[in-house]
Amino acid sequence: MRNTPWRSWAAFAVLATALAACGGQSPTSSGGSAAGDGKTIKVGILHSLSGTMAISEVTVKDAELLAIDEINAAGGVLGKKIEPVIEDGASDWPTFAEKATKLIAQDKVATVFGGWTSASRKAMLPVFEKRKALLWYPVQYEGLESSPYIFYTGATTNQQIVPGLDYLKEKGKKKLFLVGSDYVFPRTANKIIKAYAAANGMQILGEEYTPLGHTEYSTLVNKIVEAKPDAVFNTLNGDSNVAFFKQLKSTGITAEQMPVMSVSVAEEEVAGIGVDNVAGQLVAWNYYQTTDTPANQKFVAAFKAKYGQEKVTSDPMEAGYNAVYLWAEAAKKAGTTEVEAVKKAAAGVSLERPEGQVTIDGDNQHVYKTARIGVIQPDGQIKEVWNSGKPIKPDPYLRTYPWAGGLV
Amino acid sequence: MEGVLNQLPIGLSIGAVLLLIALGLTFTFGQMGVINMAHGEFIMAGAYTTYLLQGVGFLVALPAAFVVAGLMGLVLEWVLIRRFYGRPLDTLLLTWGVSLILQQLARDLFGAPNVQVLSPEWLRGGIGILPYNRLFIMALAVLSVVAIWAYQHRTAQGRRMRAVMQNRRLAATSGINTGRVDRLTFFIGSGLAGVAGVALTLIGPVGPALGTYYIVDAFLVVVAGGLGRLRGAVLAALGLGLLNSYAEFWTNASLAKVMVFVVIIGFLQLRPQGLFVLRTRALT
Amino acid sequence: MTAFQDSQPAIEAPPPDPAAPAPAEPSVTGGPSVTGGPSVTGGPGRRARLAGPAAFAAVAVVMLVVMPLALEPFRLGLLAKYLCYAIVALGIGLAWGKGGMLTLGQGVFFGLGGYAMGMYLKLHDAGGDLPDFMVWSGVEKLPALWGPFGNPAFALAMVVVLPVVMALLLGALVFRQRVRGAYFAILTQALAAALVILLVGQQGLTGGTNGLTNFFDFFGQDLAADSTQRGLYLVVALVLGVLYLAAWQLVRSRFGRLLVAVRDGEDRVRFLGYDPATVKTLTFAISAGMAGIAGALFVPVVGIISPALLGVVPSLELVVAVAVGGRYALAGAVLGAVVMGYAKTYFSEELPEAWLYLQGALFILVMTLAPKGLAGVAAALRHVRTSRRAAA
Repeated sequence: MRNTPWRSWAAFAVLATALAACGGQSPTSSGGSAAGDGKTIKVGILHSLSGTMAISEVTVKDAELLAIDEINAAGGVLGKKIEPVIEDGASDWPTFAEKATKLIAQDKVATVFGGWTSASRKAMLPVFEKRKALLWYPVQYEGLESSPYIFYTGATTNQQIVPGLDYLKEKGKKKLFLVGSDYVFPRTANKIIKAYAAANGMQILGEEYTPLGHTEYSTLVNKIVEAKPDAVFNTLNGDSNVAFFKQLKSTGITAEQMPVMSVSVAEEEVAGIGVDNVAGQLVAWNYYQTTDTPANQKFVAAFKAKYGQEKVTSDPMEAGYNAVYLWAEAAKKAGTTEVEAVKKAAAGVSLERPEGQVTIDGDNQHVYKTARIGVIQPDGQIKEVWNSGKPIKPDPYLRTYPWAGGLV
Repeated sequence: MEGVLNQLPIGLSIGAVLLLIALGLTFTFGQMGVINMAHGEFIMAGAYTTYLLQGVGFLVALPAAFVVAGLMGLVLEWVLIRRFYGRPLDTLLLTWGVSLILQQLARDLFGAPNVQVLSPEWLRGGIGILPYNRLFIMALAVLSVVAIWAYQHRTAQGRRMRAVMQNRRLAATSGINTGRVDRLTFFIGSGLAGVAGVALTLIGPVGPALGTYYIVDAFLVVVAGGLGRLRGAVLAALGLGLLNSYAEFWTNASLAKVMVFVVIIGFLQLRPQGLFVLRTRALT
Repeated sequence: MTAFQDSQPAIEAPPPDPAAPAPAEPSVTGGPSVTGGPSVTGGPGRRARLAGPAAFAAVAVVMLVVMPLALEPFRLGLLAKYLCYAIVALGIGLAWGKGGMLTLGQGVFFGLGGYAMGMYLKLHDAGGDLPDFMVWSGVEKLPALWGPFGNPAFALAMVVVLPVVMALLLGALVFRQRVRGAYFAILTQALAAALVILLVGQQGLTGGTNGLTNFFDFFGQDLAADSTQRGLYLVVALVLGVLYLAAWQLVRSRFGRLLVAVRDGEDRVRFLGYDPATVKTLTFAISAGMAGIAGALFVPVVGIISPALLGVVPSLELVVAVAVGGRYALAGAVLGAVVMGYAKTYFSEELPEAWLYLQGALFILVMTLAPKGLAGVAAALRHVRTSRRAAA
């Protein structure tokens, strides 16, 4: 009995030595083919492959891998093939920071494509800034950020939320109710919406947040019913959308009477919510599977060929797919994958992508994107009913919008 | 004003959901002292059963989900849990492991995204603020409680179940096969989770994470109601439902949840054993 | 007789034997080796008495000297993270293993310590301005709650004080009412869930789901520098060592024996005139303080503290780590946390899809086949050897 702790300590020591051995070996096994030498260029893919965010992020990972395959098939970058190193962020923000460190410090990747939630981006930001490495972040987000080591290929607020509001205003929806999950994107989005409403004679009848993963919406629906808004602006995330739309639908309120404008519901989510529950509702994005461009026909066909005919494509997937192409283009232009050179070369890089023309804005490292409002169709696809005509210049701090003056 | 009045039926319907998800636990936790963290995944199994039986008929899903979830519970009890009697805290960790495996299994079988389960035609529409599907859930909760009561008080098997719940050793000495009673109890308790899963497809997402959204709430209802007490579970569920409904109406969803936790902790100060206490003479 | 139903180790302390010397090791490691008979108190006993400290010293050398030399900075940082978890696990080992209080809410105390440290670092980096997240959350004036945390001494004190006070309050309320076992477990779990919702809901005050991140400077050291990370690792390892020794002393003391007695028969202890509630509350507070210290160390090591780190799942994962390592031995708890932390990293790098299966299967196997965990397995192996030797 008395020896038990001794045994434990011995086991501990053995384990620790094993750990040291593993750790000590890894540089030789993986450090050799760092970016710039060897036959391949390593890039990191860092999304949640497990946990609550996996539903969404796995599809972006798939799209990014598709882009890498295509680029490799066309000869690669700078005469070398791209070799993806895939890591799992596990829906956990510190894990994102940890894996980002691993990709940069141990795998020595040329760049990283990854992240979905704002929290995961905020957790990775210091890692990339301190180690002077590059991150390509592919999801629409709340703006108010412009890190020199991050490229943002999803929409910032003036490319998604502001056009969504313009559309509602045009349709004469003057009284809004705001519903969102309780985290930074909905709160910031709603701050912008309130400023916009104040400047445009619109009225905000209510602003409600629910915890992530919340599934009981009857009280909230009752609050909406009582407030009688013209439209609801919905920034709920993930599974909450399912519960919200099911419970809203069952009260008999139709999309014609009171449309819901969502900014986090894409083709991927429609099936889970149930097409019946969400058909006719509005969404605001920059890309739909139905977007009519030659590049998109190719993208949709290639994605289905690789991952299955029943798969759908969505805005964040397209933004991730674009990110790989934009990086490759910038690296070609720079003639190297070295971070500072790529950053410099990236400014002004412009490509025809599935969503149309995208151009990197050198000032804030976001991209010009065309805003598109869509209506969810009974077949689960989204039909575009309005677009901004031309790509909108990204303005993460809304500096060019006088009504947003007090926000930042 | 209309909104305030509307919160009353809403509160009752939230209570009905809580009751359905917690009912099975009052038996497995209450009678057997098993802290079954996989209860949420049995709910999930019921929901996926509904998904698979779409087209066959929604009502068919109820008995089917009861049997599917019940059998899962039976197997769990028979293979693992029966080795753990007298170690209630260990069952918590054990069943948590089971729940992780079941979640991943659901992900591999049905895919990570939520699946589409549409409400049947006859449950669309509603009366005032209460949709038919909420009324259906309330009716289902009432029916389940009545069925359980009748089983416990009107059948021989149910009386054995109560006997074991009140005094396992005495029941055993009286010739009751406690092992069999345990298995049956677990079957029924888990089956009720499956029934709850059917109901939840009407109002919430159907995906691998479904169980995790409800498990903590379910345990709180059982703790507040008193172990193994049907009456306690009913009152606790309705009370918490109403509390949640009004707290959220007057504040917001986050604060309402926190308030529910605080009230329960405070309540346990007054009645550490829950609303209704099963009286025994056992120490510790 | 029901009194024994809850006490896992079937055979606990041996009957008092006045002839036997005071046990050199914590006498509560449990296990079948009790039946080893009188030979345990003889020659091997003295050797065993020396073997413990010798092994501890050997491990200390490995951890403090070999590891920093052998591991590259990134891996050393990971090890530092596991050791932070090990500190929490040590507290759980004390509260659950020795005291029988299954706490599923250690994340709460971990979080309190972590946020106290995070708030200080944030204010320090901001240097008089508002921390970054407050700017984008639309907060215009530093909230009063934050003010004092600009003072490092205050913040460091709060790292321990906040969790301890909270645990004392909760313990006083709960244990006095004789809430125990499963009730206590579920209550602590609810507490973790509630705190997460509260932290997430107060974005301007706490950073919301994002938590606090983007720290630059740690008491004059640049957090991005490898040397700082190396130093932090040493600090974490030292703190773990010191706390381990302290916990070990505590368990050996009169108080420790009382604690184990409470675990195995609370009512009997009460009948003997002791107050089990006080014993439990104090132990719970000590374990909370350890979790707070771990949280505070975690922040500079990992660079973030967020609500996701203190919810139900991470709290449970740590309890499971303790179970895997062996809850009845403090060393087992520490070992379990490191093993599980390492396993998680390994599998998420190699087989992310399989991790949940493996984790689940591991719990089931450990709970069914080796409820005393790795430490128990080690003890059993030793027992087999000694009995063979005795037979020969």
